[in-house]
Amino acid sequence: MWHNLAQLPRYRGLIQSLVARELKARYRGSVLGFFWSFVNPLLLLTIYTFVFTKILPGANKDLEPFAVFMFSGLLPWTWFASSLLEGAGSLISGGNLIKKVLFPAEVLPIVSVLSNMVHFFLGLLILAGFMIYNHHYPDWGDLIWFPVVVLVQLVFTTGLTLLLAALTVHFRDIRDLLANLITLWFFATPIIYYYKMDSVKSFAWFFNRNPFFHLAVSYQELLFFPGPFGHLRWLPALALGSVLVFLAGYWIFDRLRDSFAESV
Amino acid sequence: MSAAIELTNVTKIYRRYGGRHFATLKSALLRRSILQDLKPRETFPALRDVSFTVPAGSTFGVIGRNGSGKSTALKVVAGITKPTSGTVAVRGRISALIELGAGFHPEISGRENVFINGIMLGLTKREIQQRFDEIVEFAELAEFIDAPVKTYSSGMYMRLGFSVAIHVDPDVLLVDEVLAVGDEGFTHKCLDKFGEFKRRGKTILLVTHSLGLVERFCDEAVWLDAGQKREQGDPKRVIGAYVTDVERQEEQFLATSEAKATHDALEPGARQPSEGPVHPGEVAGDMNTTAEGRWGSGGVEISDVKFLGANNQPSHVFHTGEPFTVRFTVRAAKPVQDFVFGLGIFNAEGVCIYGTNTDVEEYVADSLQGEAEVSVVIDALDLVEGTYKLDLAVHRRDGAPYDYHRLLYTFRVKSRLKDVGIYRPRHRWEFAGPIKFRMKT
Repeated sequence: MWHNLAQLPRYRGLIQSLVARELKARYRGSVLGFFWSFVNPLLLLTIYTFVFTKILPGANKDLEPFAVFMFSGLLPWTWFASSLLEGAGSLISGGNLIKKVLFPAEVLPIVSVLSNMVHFFLGLLILAGFMIYNHHYPDWGDLIWFPVVVLVQLVFTTGLTLLLAALTVHFRDIRDLLANLITLWFFATPIIYYYKMDSVKSFAWFFNRNPFFHLAVSYQELLFFPGPFGHLRWLPALALGSVLVFLAGYWIFDRLRDSFAESV
Repeated sequence: MSAAIELTNVTKIYRRYGGRHFATLKSALLRRSILQDLKPRETFPALRDVSFTVPAGSTFGVIGRNGSGKSTALKVVAGITKPTSGTVAVRGRISALIELGAGFHPEISGRENVFINGIMLGLTKREIQQRFDEIVEFAELAEFIDAPVKTYSSGMYMRLGFSVAIHVDPDVLLVDEVLAVGDEGFTHKCLDKFGEFKRRGKTILLVTHSLGLVERFCDEAVWLDAGQKREQGDPKRVIGAYVTDVERQEEQFLATSEAKATHDALEPGARQPSEGPVHPGEVAGDMNTTAEGRWGSGGVEISDVKFLGANNQPSHVFHTGEPFTVRFTVRAAKPVQDFVFGLGIFNAEGVCIYGTNTDVEEYVADSLQGEAEVSVVIDALDLVEGTYKLDLAVHRRDGAPYDYHRLLYTFRVKSRLKDVGIYRPRHRWEFAGPIKFRMKT
């Protein structure tokens, strides 16, 4: 496992060009191009903004402008969810490569995670647009923590994606289960509601065990809420947990590696 | 000379997972069998204790039937799959022409695919940049290189894949049956490229069904059969042993399938009484509408049909130019005066190669009673390679059949030459003037 892990940096050229290919292939041949991948979050944003500002105006009076609040949580979530969904099927859809070319299999799920990370970065531009429009800016000093949070999410997402990709080769229904689980997970994470609501606090035990709760709250504190980055104290534990998830995911992936070429 | 590829006691066991085709997590959870489902259930040995060494700079052929482990051997050498036991050592950079263009993405242009494919095959961006023009020129795709690969024809796709793979400039080139595709011109170009590789002292491992290619190109060959090494050495000798074995199996196959066909048709009562007239020329006409079968009044019966080759050995596989005899027994229930024996040879497309009978050859029937033996002796079987079927009949002069066997008997003709057609006239070539040939080696 350590040997294979150490080999990984050697493939960065390959990963780079595959990510570029992924992005190019997605944006080519469609008029709206790059905009398409934001139609879904923008649509969600429109609906939730409407619901929470017009229909249920009471619940979110601390969350103005709501669009900026929601985008701060929704963008990292979209990165996370799309990575898992695409990554889980990546070994099967890239089966040709694994079977016919001498090719390190972990590159495929990693490419899924990284290409979605690029989308995330592009989405930040849209978020910046909303911030400028609403004259609502983050605390610039706290933003030095932003790359750290992104890195933690990257490690966590990669670990989970590797695990799911390896298992999906053997259990094809994981992708269907996953789509449902992700919907549940979305609502179990304070992305469209405020994590400081009393109703959330009374389930603190539950929320504290949701790793994405901490990630979402970190993003919201950094990008939306004024004041110091209060969730910082959770970050070391989150980082450690993410590294453990990554190592566990990679370990299982590595154990199942030899079965891929025969089973995809 | 040092070894470029060394396989030592390589065994590869393929595993099949789960009882069903794909396990589902749902059932695994319900039956609490996640760990079991991740363990292989059945195993299938694709290679069994195979060892061979390919000296650096040589061209090495791997032959064998479908499913004999040839491609697995290549994948093991390429490192795509790991041997279950045994060791594989390869010295130098490998490029595998296994699935050409396996990594191509249909939506992006040929140019971008060349870069990505090259990187997958182990080149750096810079190296690809240097070779790019050469790659495109070799693939003959200069006009289309900026079009998305999904618009390419399959030939263009293959050419580009081949071109990238060959320009990796490997020390060891693995080739799996890729020359079967592509047009004649491109195949020649590929062969030239292999020749160039050979001259430059690179090692080539060639997996193919094209025995001619192995004979022409390879310094050494190995024959794999059911995952085991059967022969290794001089290509001519290995191919000879392989071909003999294939013929033996074909003979067995034809004998069993014929036994089955005749058993079905010759069962008592299977013969349909028919008064339809039969003329030798007509035999071919309704060929496509009539399936194999047997009919006739039964006054005279044909049985014990045998094909005899040289030395009167019964066989089903013959070589062009060998003597060939069809021998059968006829039995008349009561003495008859009016009888004609006929024979028709058909090729696999159902074209009548030849048809004749004793009447058209002016044998006037006198009498037949009890049991007799009839032979049609052909001194030299001048047919091209292929599978042939036979009609045999005994009927009255007016065509009313006693016993008609339609396409019940099959034999194969093998030929060293790959000439084509339905008839092979005896011939030779003569040349006059300043013209010279060398015999092929």
